[in-house]
Amino acid sequence: MKRKIVQIIAFGYSNAHLLNFKGGKIYQGKWKQFCNPGLNCYSCPAAGFACPIGALQAVNGSMEFQFSFYVVGVLLAFGVLLGRAVCGWLCPFGLIQELIHRIPSPKLRLKKIFLYLKYLVLVVFVFVLPVTATNYMGMGKPAFCQYICPAGTLQGGIPLLGTHEELRRTIGALFSLKMAILLLTIVGCIFIYRFFCRTLCPLGAIYGLMNKVSLCHLEVDKNRCVNCGKCKNICKMEVDPVREPDSAECIRCGACAQICPKNAIDVGLTKQDRKCRDAEKSV
Amino acid sequence: MNSRSKCFARIIIAVTACGFLVYGTARGEVEIVLNKAVNICLECIGLG
Ligand code: SF4
Ligand code: SF4
Ligand code: SF4
Repeated sequence: MKRKIVQIIAFGYSNAHLLNFKGGKIYQGKWKQFCNPGLNCYSCPAAGFACPIGALQAVNGSMEFQFSFYVVGVLLAFGVLLGRAVCGWLCPFGLIQELIHRIPSPKLRLKKIFLYLKYLVLVVFVFVLPVTATNYMGMGKPAFCQYICPAGTLQGGIPLLGTHEELRRTIGALFSLKMAILLLTIVGCIFIYRFFCRTLCPLGAIYGLMNKVSLCHLEVDKNRCVNCGKCKNICKMEVDPVREPDSAECIRCGACAQICPKNAIDVGLTKQDRKCRDAEKSV
Repeated sequence: MNSRSKCFARIIIAVTACGFLVYGTARGEVEIVLNKAVNICLECIGLG
């Protein structure tokens, strides 16, 4: 419940300019020079900040620079502090996927091999293509936005095309491709928890790698753990926190810590007082 | 990774992040980000 409230607040501050939906405009103020920690399209009429993955590609593909120290600095800072807790608590597109997953249906597991796809997407579409596939002026396009990102299609494409007749007239094969990926994402999320986060999101890949060192961490007290397996069974990201507390897939949601009958798991920025939690649970 | 090396890695990454932020800002990357973010991105919406 606490997590849901934080997620809703994060969604709200990321998309505060709701009135822009009416006229199909986007917010053009100074706050857009700052990056949102999570994936939130800057072409969404309501968005108040820049999308970090879009911003990274924009600088990587610019005429002047081939690497963005600014955006990588922002990502390292968020990553070292929170790691993938950004995904679990702050990312607007993460919340959207969780809500889609609530649609009643059989829930499926994801084959492990698909987890590696997002690293390939990060390297090829965010770093390599914007720098190498350039025009005569030396400018590259944001390949992840262009060919893959379903957040852009959902948050920017649909509302803006709905309000701009002139844009609708230019719809082509690329839009069909992006709509197909959006539909695949929606269907995938109905059956598989956070399908996009786990298979395709380059931001999730970056934060996942930083889970190993982030200040927000998961810790298991092996002296308390009785290996009952409840934590592993409750984890929708299919992580076994006892075996892999630093797993790149752990979004630090805290569900395992809550279910643990022995209070053996700590998730957060600081070590919590276990005695205090023992008392809370016994009440 | 033991907690000592984790702590060391955190400090190195935090210092690198600050350095990158300052350097990136100083060489004008923020303007590129702002310029991209305040205009409709045709690639994002599937037209570019
Ligand atoms: S299309 Fe996706 S990656 Fe690109 S700016 Fe929008 S949300 Fe970010
Ligand atoms: S993996 Fe990507 S889309 Fe999913 S919550 Fe993390 S940043 Fe957001
Ligand atoms: S291991 Fe625990 S904190 Fe991590 S995703 Fe699974 S349930 Fe959430």
